Amino acid sequence: MTVQTLGSMNFAKLRQGMKARITAITNTTDTVRRIQEMGLTVGTTFRVVKVAPFGDPVEIDVRGYRLCLRRTETEGIEVEPLAS
Amino acid sequence: MTLHAVPVSSGSAQATRLVAIVGNPNAGKTSLFNALTGSSQKVGNYPGVTVEKVSADLKFGEQTVECIDVPGLYSMSPASEDERVAVDVIMGQGPGVGKPDLLVCVLDASNLERNLFFYSQLADLHVPILVALTMVDRVEKDGRKVDFARLTNLLGVEVVPVNGHKSRGIQSLKEAIGHHLNDPKTAKIELGPVDALDSKLALLRERLARIGLDATSAEVRGFLFEPTDRLKSYLEDFPEVREAFEEAKATAASDPAPAPERDTAARYQWASMVQRATVPQPDEAHQRPLTDRIDYLLTHRVWGLAVFLSVMYLVFQSIYTFAQPVMDLISAGFEKLGSVVSPMLSGTPWVQSLVVDGVIAGVGSALVFLPQILILFFFIAFLEGTGYLSRAAFLMDRLLGWCGLNGRAFIPLLSSFACAIPGIMAARVMPDTKSRLATILVAPLMSCSARLPVYLLIIGAFIEPRYGPMWAGFALFAMHLLGLLIAIPIVWIFNRGLFKGKRLPFLLELPPYQWPRWRDIWLAMYFRGKVFVQTAGTTIVVMSILIWALSYFPRTPEAHVRYVQTYSASHPGATTDAAEEFAQQQDLAHSFLGRFGMAIEPAFAPAGFDWRITTAILSAFPARETVVPSLGIIFSLGGNVDKDPKALQHAIQSATWPDGRPLMTTATAIGLMVFFALCCQCVSTLATVKRETNSWKWPVFMFTYMTAMAYAAAVLIHQIGMRV
Repeated sequence: MTVQTLGSMNFAKLRQGMKARITAITNTTDTVRRIQEMGLTVGTTFRVVKVAPFGDPVEIDVRGYRLCLRRTETEGIEVEPLAS
Repeated sequence: MTLHAVPVSSGSAQATRLVAIVGNPNAGKTSLFNALTGSSQKVGNYPGVTVEKVSADLKFGEQTVECIDVPGLYSMSPASEDERVAVDVIMGQGPGVGKPDLLVCVLDASNLERNLFFYSQLADLHVPILVALTMVDRVEKDGRKVDFARLTNLLGVEVVPVNGHKSRGIQSLKEAIGHHLNDPKTAKIELGPVDALDSKLALLRERLARIGLDATSAEVRGFLFEPTDRLKSYLEDFPEVREAFEEAKATAASDPAPAPERDTAARYQWASMVQRATVPQPDEAHQRPLTDRIDYLLTHRVWGLAVFLSVMYLVFQSIYTFAQPVMDLISAGFEKLGSVVSPMLSGTPWVQSLVVDGVIAGVGSALVFLPQILILFFFIAFLEGTGYLSRAAFLMDRLLGWCGLNGRAFIPLLSSFACAIPGIMAARVMPDTKSRLATILVAPLMSCSARLPVYLLIIGAFIEPRYGPMWAGFALFAMHLLGLLIAIPIVWIFNRGLFKGKRLPFLLELPPYQWPRWRDIWLAMYFRGKVFVQTAGTTIVVMSILIWALSYFPRTPEAHVRYVQTYSASHPGATTDAAEEFAQQQDLAHSFLGRFGMAIEPAFAPAGFDWRITTAILSAFPARETVVPSLGIIFSLGGNVDKDPKALQHAIQSATWPDGRPLMTTATAIGLMVFFALCCQCVSTLATVKRETNSWKWPVFMFTYMTAMAYAAAVLIHQIGMRV
């Protein structure tokens, strides 16, 4: 049902400034569950605001607030980049 | 209406009513609690866990209501010990706490959507709730208006706008708490359907309602996966309920999304709807303009790191250098007190020594940490209040994250280079128990300022004269680096072997910058100081007295006089001072501590330490800064060697074993320094760890692993030194 024309990719591949929508969550770990509880549910759009100086974590703008998460802890979160 | 007009009705036989303040981290919960209760807070621990309990009594006329500041939560599914305790308190199953009569849920108006996710979980509990809406000023500053009537309507409970900066809202909140305790209201919210499953669930719910079982949609969803016994009996008795149940279950089975995900999505859909209906979205281009401009600099890959280093340098200098005059003043004050009290007790020498060297010195050695603790907590509260602490964690996470710590560990570890006591207390900036414990356990490996005199003494005696100032400087630097380099693999090992439980994801919120509230800063300093003096301080004094007793007894004035006479007889023409110093050395050598030092000399022999060094190490257990005076006494120079450090250096350099070999080779000297760097010779640290972890298990473990490591390293260095 979800439009996946731009192709989905893993969250960890996103770069600074990109906008994206979460297309699927293929992981049921507690980590990913908590990330969803922070508002990153399937269908949510967000923007990568900044990548920390040493490459991780990344700061994203989601649901009107700023959340930082480690790329290494986003396994199983599939996103599709959106034209910004 | 005045407060006294709303007395809380409760029979005298009834237990104290309980109000729990709950909400997301960063929602302004603690600030609100501070405004509500001020300095009347009680800071303690929940029994059996490391989580701190903060509560206060609120007065409603004649009635007293207990008010608890529950640790911040993002969700009612706990992932760490702290979160579990917080959830238990809310559910009325908290350790040593009753069931709350009212939940005051703090919601951040500028971040309503995520805050409402948590609220929706509370609403399912069917307990009395009152909402305190914070940060309304932040929303209204952008020219937006919060629709309070609509919000009250959608949340199903009273919403009180509160601005922590002003007392206006606090008064109304207090009145509302009083009203709600008399006339409790439970929230009822309606989560909308997400898809096919939800319509099936709605049908099931409707059929359950028809037979008299009122349940929320979330509860019905829960039934599907974990049917209660009551529901099971209904399924047997009512075919139409069974039919709806089977259908919903079949739909759920054909759907790939598991229950928790579906539940989260449904709640966020509801939260998003409420947010859109009550708080207009800001113009995207003008969202957080000031914060983003500040962050351009403060989280920049070059400037951000430069600012970070400058801020940390300032923090470190403040506790390392600026605290010194006050600490000296405290030390001098207690020394003065000792010298004033001393002559009054000269009749009984052991009482004199107990009061002066045991009690007064012990209290002094505990209170001397206060300036550093207060200064550090000023900075932590200030940086946390502005929002910078989260940025610092964002910058540093990669460097500390790989071994199992996270970005927030930076401040406790850095502070520990000045002193492990404030460093360990600062570990509470980390919300996750596992990382906090890991940080606490390695914090004393950082080379604190009390080790400096030992390094200077030994480097001055053995490195500088033999290898020159270049190597002396390098040795000093290496000693400071050593602890840090060892701490990282230690944390890595602890995280794999020692700590059970799941690893928490690192999720960090970057709140908009704001001016901190001075009241919050002042209260943080006040309570940290108070907690330290009351709990850790008491332990420090008791243990200091214990160590004093071991180094004093058994002692008789006759023996002391005999030592003086022996010395004078064998050294004709010696000064009375020299005889007195010799007698002091003999007193210590014959004390329990000295005897113990001699008894375990064989154990330290592989490290090349004789009984004198061993006794000095033992007597430095309460505080390693006492090792220099102890060495002074042991090498018969008296306790005041600070006045002439060269004499002690010379005495140690020229000391020999009974067979004439020099006592200390370069390797032994380095081994001794490494021993001091790694050993946990600080009663105050152990007492603080006990207080912060609420258990003797961790201080005992810390002492054991550090001492074992220090011993192994000293032996290794000495043995290598003998063979090269």
